[in-house]
Amino acid sequence: MIIFFENIGRGLRLKIIRLGAATRLFFTIISYTSENFKRFNLTIREIYYTGVMSLIIIIVSAFFVGMVLGLQGYYTLQKYGSSEAIGVLVALALVRELGPVVTALLFAGRAGTAITAEIGLMKATEQLSAMEMMAVSPVARIVAPRFWAGIITMPLLASIFSMVGIIGGYVVAVPLIGVDEGAFWSQMQANVDFSYDIVNGFIKSLVFGIACTIIALFEGYDAPPTAEGVSRATTRTVVTSSLAVLGLDFVLTSFMLTV
Amino acid sequence: MDRIKLDAWVGIFVALGLIALMGLAMKVGNLTSNDIKTTYVVTANFENIGGLKPRAPVKSAGVVVGRVDSITFDTKIYEAIVTMSIDERYVFPKDTFANIYTAGLLGEQYIGLEAGGDPENLVAYDKISQTQDAVVLEKLISQFLYNQASKEEE
Repeated sequence: MIIFFENIGRGLRLKIIRLGAATRLFFTIISYTSENFKRFNLTIREIYYTGVMSLIIIIVSAFFVGMVLGLQGYYTLQKYGSSEAIGVLVALALVRELGPVVTALLFAGRAGTAITAEIGLMKATEQLSAMEMMAVSPVARIVAPRFWAGIITMPLLASIFSMVGIIGGYVVAVPLIGVDEGAFWSQMQANVDFSYDIVNGFIKSLVFGIACTIIALFEGYDAPPTAEGVSRATTRTVVTSSLAVLGLDFVLTSFMLTV
Repeated sequence: MDRIKLDAWVGIFVALGLIALMGLAMKVGNLTSNDIKTTYVVTANFENIGGLKPRAPVKSAGVVVGRVDSITFDTKIYEAIVTMSIDERYVFPKDTFANIYTAGLLGEQYIGLEAGGDPENLVAYDKISQTQDAVVLEKLISQFLYNQASKEEE
């Protein structure tokens, strides 16, 4: 019985220590900001691997999410004879919630795991130690460019997701179902507010970008230098990122709705 | 990977992202239609504002001419004070009527301004004195029922 409580305590203590180490890593990255922007080609390379490579999965899933929203929205709205409101429903759902959240979840699965596995493997093959031996800070050379790439990439991906999703909703609503095109766009424009909906969605995706990349980077940086350690770290990246995104989404939404 | 190719792909990606953001702002959002820039503030007292909310539109002849800024409650006169900002391009006479209307049967509520005939115009921080409250459906129904009941007694 005592061992049981000891284990709980040890687990909690390890979690807190890891949280502290992650915070330390975060501020170390921030302290290398100016160096990172002096050698921006490193960040551009990472934007290619996290952003451009995620483009296909983002566009395809956004298109289907938009189409499903259109179909489901029409099914409910036509009962009340207001199927023209389908544009508002699709646009608000995507811009406010689904765009940032689904993009962050896909990003964690597509780019976050790659970051964790890459850094974990670099650590396991002692590349990071070799860098330190050459007086090159691995945080400045390896971690910081990936962090900034994640922050730049996520809002852009979320914007692309929302826009493609709305086009998907349009494809279902106007040509397939036959909702009036003018009503579709004009109702959307009348009810989607730039500063309240679009900017808030943008802020959300920015916060998710920071959260997802810092989790992926820390898990890789902290992974035990073994094959098993890297695989577990990769799994933890997806689980922690997803939970962090959903939790942060609730917090951010409750802040934004009170304004 | 080739440096130029890399830059080109990242350039395409960033351009796509910015186009999507512009599209959201222009086509989906109201950034283009929201051309109310300089405004002046007027207030109006209502006994009952119904479901009027801040940022509700202020319309005249169906055209959006402004927005509701804030709604406060005055404990001296026990009335709601609605502050609204109106586009500077539109001027209204001093005896303008402010009504609270409902868009459709169950739609959102908005303020409708009906111009009077006063030669002087409303200026900033003026108070619109002639107002008409929101229609409360329960009141209407109970009045109707009372009327029916009194008719039957006769």
